[in-house]
Order: sequence, then structure tokens, then C-alpha cells
Amino acid sequence: MDFLSPSTWEEALAVKSAHPDAVPIMGGTDVMVELNFDKHRPPALIDLTRVPELTRWAPEGDGVLMGAGLSYTRIIGELAGHAPALAQASRSVASPQIRNRGSVGGNLGGASPSGEAHPPLLATDAVIELASVRGTRRVPAREFYLGLRHTARAEDELIAAVLLPRPAGPQYFAKIGTRNAMVIAVASFAIALDAATRTVGTGVGSCAPTPIRAVEAEEFIAGELDWDGGSPLAPGAVTRFGELVASVARPIDDVRGSADYRKHALSVMARRTLAWAVTDHRKGIEQCA
Amino acid sequence: MATDIRTTASTTGGTTTRTPASAPTSTPAGTPTRSPADSAPLSSTTRDGLGASPRRPDGTLKVTGAFAYSSDMWLEDMLWGTTLRSPHPHARIRGIDTTAALRLPGVYAVLTHEDVPGEKRYGLEFTDQPVLAYDKVRYKGEAVAIIAADHPETGRRAAERIVVDYEVLPPVSDVTAAAFDADSPLVHEAGSLPVHEEYNQSGNVVRHQPIRTGAFAEGADIEELRARADVVVSGEYEVGMQDQAFLGPESGMAVPAEDGGVDLYIATQWLHVDQRQIAPCLGLPADKVRLTLAGVGGAFGAREDLSMQIHACMLALRTGKPVKFVYNREESFYGHVHRHPAKMAYEHGAMSDGTLVYATAQVVLDGGAYASATPAVVGVASSLGLGPYEIPNARMDAYGVYTTNPPCGAMRGFGAVQACFGYESQMDRLAEELGMHPVDLRVKNAMSQGSHIITGQEIDSPLPMAEMLLRAKDTAQPVARRDLADPADVRTLPGGTANTSHGEGVVRGVGYGVGLKNLCYSEGFDDYSTARVRLEVIGGEPSVLVHTAAAEVGQGLVTVKGQIAREELGVERVTIHPSDTRVGSSGSSSASRQSYMTGGAVQRACQAVRSQVFALARARSLVAAGRPDGDLALVGGKVVSELDGALAELGDLLGDEAVEATEEFHHRPTEPLDPTRGQGDSHTQFGMCVHRAVVDVDVELGLVKVVEMTAVQDVGRILHPQQLIGQIEGATTQGIGLALMEEIQVKDSVIRNPSFTDYLIPTILDTPPMRIDVLERPDPAAPYGLRGAGEPATLSSTPAVVAAIRDATGRALTHAPVRPEDIVGIVVPD
Repeated sequence: MDFLSPSTWEEALAVKSAHPDAVPIMGGTDVMVELNFDKHRPPALIDLTRVPELTRWAPEGDGVLMGAGLSYTRIIGELAGHAPALAQASRSVASPQIRNRGSVGGNLGGASPSGEAHPPLLATDAVIELASVRGTRRVPAREFYLGLRHTARAEDELIAAVLLPRPAGPQYFAKIGTRNAMVIAVASFAIALDAATRTVGTGVGSCAPTPIRAVEAEEFIAGELDWDGGSPLAPGAVTRFGELVASVARPIDDVRGSADYRKHALSVMARRTLAWAVTDHRKGIEQCA
Repeated sequence: MATDIRTTASTTGGTTTRTPASAPTSTPAGTPTRSPADSAPLSSTTRDGLGASPRRPDGTLKVTGAFAYSSDMWLEDMLWGTTLRSPHPHARIRGIDTTAALRLPGVYAVLTHEDVPGEKRYGLEFTDQPVLAYDKVRYKGEAVAIIAADHPETGRRAAERIVVDYEVLPPVSDVTAAAFDADSPLVHEAGSLPVHEEYNQSGNVVRHQPIRTGAFAEGADIEELRARADVVVSGEYEVGMQDQAFLGPESGMAVPAEDGGVDLYIATQWLHVDQRQIAPCLGLPADKVRLTLAGVGGAFGAREDLSMQIHACMLALRTGKPVKFVYNREESFYGHVHRHPAKMAYEHGAMSDGTLVYATAQVVLDGGAYASATPAVVGVASSLGLGPYEIPNARMDAYGVYTTNPPCGAMRGFGAVQACFGYESQMDRLAEELGMHPVDLRVKNAMSQGSHIITGQEIDSPLPMAEMLLRAKDTAQPVARRDLADPADVRTLPGGTANTSHGEGVVRGVGYGVGLKNLCYSEGFDDYSTARVRLEVIGGEPSVLVHTAAAEVGQGLVTVKGQIAREELGVERVTIHPSDTRVGSSGSSSASRQSYMTGGAVQRACQAVRSQVFALARARSLVAAGRPDGDLALVGGKVVSELDGALAELGDLLGDEAVEATEEFHHRPTEPLDPTRGQGDSHTQFGMCVHRAVVDVDVELGLVKVVEMTAVQDVGRILHPQQLIGQIEGATTQGIGLALMEEIQVKDSVIRNPSFTDYLIPTILDTPPMRIDVLERPDPAAPYGLRGAGEPATLSSTPAVVAAIRDATGRALTHAPVRPEDIVGIVVPD
């Protein structure tokens, strides 16, 4: 196996173009597991740890452009205000050691439906920047996941960055695991309220072949919310939201949990995170008033 | 040692020269080893004797990553061993073609069953397990061929080139059908197994142990006994297959020797039982197969059976080069036995005041493809399967069964752990039925010194069970959630940082559990340990060398041996020799037995050395006439007399002479259980722990946070307070794992979660604060009055946690581990 070590972004893109079946490696928390267990024998690895752009973030417009290799630890420490749901999701990733090395780029590259970063990216309408020697393009997260471990990224492209829009309302992430830390999601959910556009975003993990949105639930609850007045949601509306979120799930029975439990847990998480978000939103209105 | 083996310290990548065993360990003099909090009243005047908490000699190395585990061993010219394993749980082998593998450059040898030089099968008790599969494979992952290659990757590629022609057979997966259906296929062909009349073998049943007492012994049927009881409760319970989950996977190195023998450096639990199984398969006499303990990364029973030992020796002898094996984590799930899953049916009858009238139980233990420790597990599950309760009429049937599931054998608390979940669940149901507090019901029926267990054996040493239960009950409750500094801190809530609850759906529950465990080996086995102790003056300072073959598997025996030597010989400087087969057997590091057995042997050897020193003093006329040995002692490097004071410095007395003694220690004899009524004094010693669990349950999501565990355990005599606490904390945590998450999921005889990604063990966020209350009620039959302490807490922890979840949810919860589905009421699909 070849180990390719580009030191600049341009060089990395050239290497990927020349070796489209080479696997990029950054923290190695996903790639190395696959290699160690002999699941894959890629012809080459492209070590991206020397490319400085990948671990930087900077404001762009209202939001933040985050290098794809920024570690979860730094997301928690530096981006909690810019991307609350993503920071909460990052906090639930594995262990401190893994969070020091793992990054959103790895989640997007592997595209496992259980990746913690996906639901927040969907809920907040984040945008993924892909690059190759052919040029750079931006794909909304909502159009990125195409099938089981299959994404919009072309073979010769590297994942460069993620554009995180400025939060315009409360965001929450919740994840089910059968122990209290260091666990792969049995089901996960993210919600983002956007008071500016009066829309609600959602993201669902581990409940379908790809990360998905619950569009009907988003539209339903956006219509039910008292965006300006801050009156509480009718309990029936919260329940209905949970049902609509669960209805998009197409989960499987596996060693981590049963399909029925996943749907059940999803509806509970949807209700709870919605309640937290609405409470925050109402508090915000009260403070303004 | 003839061979100089280099080990690589994994953290630095650098190499250091070191013996493959944990280097001869000594406790450096002058190192502060006790904090004031540790100090307990000592009978000894020698520092770091019994009751102190001297630092482990390997402790610093382990926490700094410098300790050489068995997987760190390295020799310049070594080869790597690789194992080809069966992809099928049950298949006939029609042929094995190794030619393509042998042609691969870098491959030195490819061996199959045809190359096994001696006996083709081995086993702890039943010789039923092939060194390499022949005729048939009986579980997925069974070793079929082994390869020696210049690199692990070469070995893996060679394994892919071996062509095995399998005729796939249907698996024998259902333990109940395997045990009781007359037309179930046999896992082992009739006539192919060793015969043990006393075990009631038949079909796939390895052992059936019935026990009948009271009216049941006289042939009464269950209806008669039901008629005598005011209340009857019955229930069916299951315990899943738990893994020992040691952190250091199976590994070792075999080095061919010039005399045609082999030196094996190995992480194991009992060097001599390995030697006894390896040598016949290699066709060598035992003295040509020499074992040295390598650094052991945890055991918990999983290293009682052989894994790669014979394979490494075969390849080393064939190639003439050292051969090292290291299993990876997935392979490790196939490389060792697991805890027997159990299906259990219980019935208890009681009077309205709670007095037990009768109990019945059927315990079916899935032993998987090979017997391993199954007969002994059945012996424990039957004899202790109704728990520490006074039950005048008992009927117990315990079965160990062959299937094509992963082989099961020893794991901490074996047999007793599974049954404890059953009988303790029953006691809670009975208490609920009677409207009694679960502790009061247990106290009402509690055994004590003088009670008889259902095998008729008298408990002839202290058993303060009622007191222990009440101490657990009376312990202050942890802070209520509403009184926490931040009740919504997710780290204190079920789900933790995954942020599933800020308090919604969370209900607190409290539960209790108590278990009785046999300590040391049982059922007539003449168990012993050997110790060699040498006292000499080195650099002007009296020094003791303690040499045993006992396996230090993390439990701390290495420290305890030194404490005993200091206690007995009054010498501070003690060196622990690496464990190897150049001294007699120490028996297994299992059954909570090493402090008792090897501790007893070291004590005896020290006493023999002491007598020799006294004899030397008498020969030099240093002891006044008429002074018996009882008046003499070794204290602070001197021979002293209670009446005459200091008589001699050891340095002056010994000069260049070394005083050495090798002694064996045997525990008192035990008896087999009779095969029809299960009567007999089968156990050496009993240990008990009581747990109270406090849990917070998210009843909507089925997630659990254990808030606190209280453990009350009688250990007879505390030898090393810090290590004792470690044992109780560890056993409690392993029990929490079994209660909440640890299960090897097997479907159609195939393991579905052979990784630490999906086989979950508790993290620190799953491990609660513990209150540990230790009693010292000495056992007069045991060295220093001690009781083995490693296992009892493993029994009671699981049922206490599950009882607490029942208390919070009102659910029946009959399966351990409890799954989120069980709590929210969703049926778990098969």
C-alpha cells in the first residue's frame, strides 16, 4: 500500500486526481479501524494531516466555514456558539481521545448513517464544500447523502470544508446509545429553529440507509409554532411532531437495537428536543420584550 | 534465562531489553507505599506486611504504558503465527489444501490436524477439543490451520489461499432442543467422548446434576409442596452470554530449544495445566515444555483454556524459529470461552410470614461446542443455585449442554452468577407478592453459620448474612436528584452526554441482591499450591526471594506474596521471582483462590525457612536452652526472643548461606456430589457479598444511569485494603455490565457483535460511586482467616441493579442484560 503525504491543498487535490481510489486519512478513527480489521485493502492512503487549511475555521458571511479536518474537540471548544447542535453532537462522539482526532470530514467521507455530525448538518442546512483539480463546488448537506455510504462526492474529490450557517434560533441534538458514553448511535435526532425564516430543520440518524430529514414534521411544526407571540405549543402538536418524525424512519433490527425501538426513541427525542427548543425560543422572546 | 528477548514498549516505539515475563519484580526499599488513609492496625512490625497497602511492583509500569504485556514480546528472527478459522458453526471437513498458501513467499509453515505430533485433542477436564479441527468443525471460529510467516499480513494472505472443502451442516443452536429433544443432532458423535458416569451424560448433555432434599428426596411431587405453601411464585429467567473482555488479547511466543523441547512465554491463568495439556499434543515429556508467565492483560477466566499455546509450539518446533501469536480483538471473541448463557425456571413456595417452604429450579447452561469448564459450572450452578436461603425442601436440576454455539467456560463467579440472577429475581417477586420489604424477606430466610446448603454441606465458618443485608439497607441513600447542584447536568442523567433527557421521564429505583459463592476448587479435586522461599543476605541486607508458578493476572497476588513474606520473616526486602514451571504448580488464578492457596503456600514455605533459621541459631548456641521455637521470631532482620530480646542479626547468622524451602499447601479435602441427590461436602469455603443498587431510569427511553452501588462483603481478613477495594469495585462493575449491556449476541450459532464497538462494557460514566463496607469475620480453616474476595461481588451486583430498574419501572425484566426495549415494553426480535 502506498502512503501519500501531500503538504499543500493543491498537492492533495493532484494526488487524489491521480489516485481516485486512494483513501484520504485524517484522524484515522474510522479508516484505521477498517484497515486493522482487514475490511478494506485500499491501494493507497492520502495523509491529509499536513494540509493546514483543513484544520482552520473562519467567518464567511453570517456563518462559519469550517475545515473538514477540524477535530471534534475543537468544535466543542470553539464553535459551540456558531453551531450549537453540531457542538452537542460532537460532545457525544466516542471518547476524548477519539474526539481529539476525529473530524466531520471523516463522518462525511465514510457517510455511515450513524455518524453524529449528519443530523445537525441536515437540520441547520449546512453546505459541504468539495474540491478537485477540476474546481470547487458546494453541495447542501440536504443533497449530499445519496444512498448507503454513497454521497454526492465524486471519486476525484476531497471534502474541503463545511459552511455552517449562523444560528437563527435554538438548536438541539440528542442521541440514543445503550451506555452513557462512547457508543454508536442507535438513533439520533437534531432540530434547529430558524426564527428569521420561520422554518424548522430536522435531521435523523441511524434510522435509514442514509441520514434523513423529516420534512413533513418540519413543515407541520413550523406552522404550529407561535413565532412572535411565544405562546406554548399545544401538547397535541408536540405529540404529532414526534409521530411525523418517527414516520420517516426506515430502521432495521440489528445488534444495537430493534427497528420498533428506534422509531419509538426517535419520537421521544423529537418531542423532548422540540420542547427544549421552544422553551428557549419563548425565553428569547420574553427577554426581547 | 537462556534466551534474551527484547520487548517493544508500545508507547515510545523504542526497544528495551527485558525478559518477556514481567521483569523480576521487587518493591524498592525506601519508597513511600502507604498513605495515612491506608493504615490499618497491624499485627506486624515489618513495614508493608499484611494489612498494609504497598504499591504494586508493576503498577507504575502499567499506568505509564511501559509494562511488557505478552503481545509486546519481540525477537529478531521470530515468525508470526496466523490462524485460519472456520467460517461455519457446523460443517464436515472433506479436505484441506494448503499448497497455494505454502507457495507464498515469506510463508515458513502451514500446519493442519495431520501435523499435530501427539494427541489430537486436549481439554481442561474433558479431552474433547481438537488442536486443529479434523472431520468436523463445531463452532464458527474454530481453528482449522495455522501458519508461520515473516509478517502478520503475509500470514493473513496465506490463510486466504488455504482451500477447505466444507460440507455445511445445520447448526445445533437451540440449547433446550439440544438438551431435551431425543432427535436433536449430536454435536459430538456417540462414543467419541470421554465417559464420566458421575455426570449423567446423555446425548448433548455434558453433565446433569440433580439435587433433592426434604420431601423431594422422599419422592414428593410438586403439588404436595404447593399445597403446603400460602404463596407460590414462579418465573423464567435468562442470562446472556457475557464476555470477560480482558484488554490484552491472546498472545504468546514459543521459542524452540536445543534439547528438542520448547520454551513458551505466555499470558495464562495456570502454567502447569497448560503444560499438562500442551506436552501430550506435542508428543513431548512435560519437562521439555517449559512455560514462563508473560505479562497478562486481564483474565477473568478467559485464559483458563488454551488458545494459541499448542499452535505456537507446533510452529516453533517445525520451523526452528521463535513464533509469536497475537490475536486481534475480533479474533479474541473466537479465541476464548465466554460465560455460559443460562435459561432458568424457578418456583418458590412460602408461608404468609415469608418463611420458605420449598423451591425448585431448572438451570440449563449452554456450553457450546466443547466442554471446557462446563462440568464445574454445573457443579456450582446446582449446589448454590437456590442461594443462601434456608429451604427445607429443594429440587434442583442443572444441565450443561453441547451446542454449536461459541464454547463457554470459566468466567468470574461461574455458575453462581447466572443462578443468582434467577433466585434473587424470585426473592423480589415473592417479597412483592407478600407485601414485604425485599430485605426483610431475605433476612427472614437468611443462612448463617451452622446452616446447611442444599447439598447437605454445613456452613462451618461465620456467615453474617442478615447483618450484611441490614447494613446495606441502613446505609444512607444518595442525594436525591432534586437536591443535586444541577439536576439537569446530563452527566448525571441516563443517556449522559448524548443529551437525551434533562430530567424528563427519569424515575429512581432501589434494589438489593445477595449471593453465595464457593471459593477455591470444589468436588473432590485435591487442589494445592507450591511456593519456594529463599532467605539470604545480599549486600549486607537480608533479602527474600519468593518463587511460585502462580499467575499474576492483575489481581495483585504479586503484592500479597511479598506482604506475607515480610510478615512471616520480618524482612523488608522481598523480590518476587517471575512465575514459571521450574517450581511446582500453584494451581489456577481462578475461583478467588490464590490468596488462600498460594498465600498459604508462601506462608508455609516462610515458616519452614524460619524454622531452619532458628535451627541455625540453636546450632550456633545463640538460643538459650529450653526456649521453644514459639518464643522466637524474626523481626526487623533479627532473630528475637520474647524473653531474651534480640539474639542475632540475620546478616551475621546467615553469612553467605542461603536458607531455602519449597512447600505445598493443600486445602481441606472436599467431596464430589452424588449423581442422584446431589449431596456432598463439595466446597472448600464460602464467600458472600450484599449489594444495594440505586438507579435512575429514563422510563420513556429505557436508558439507565446507576447512581450508586453499596457493597457489603465479608473477607475474613483484609490483606491489602487498596487491592481489596479494587476487586470489589471491579466485580461490582462487571456485574453492572451484565445487568445493563454486556451480551455476546448469537444467532444461528454466529456471533453478531464480535467487537468492542458493539459488545459494550461499562465506561467510567456508567460506573457509579460505590460505598464499600468490608467485614472481617475470620474463617478458622483458612490462612490468616482470609476469604477469597475476587468473585462474590460479581454475583449480587447484577440482580441488585435489575431489581432497582424493576422498582423504577414496574416491569418484570427477566433477561440480563436488561435492554432498552425491555424497559419500554417493546418485544426484542430474535
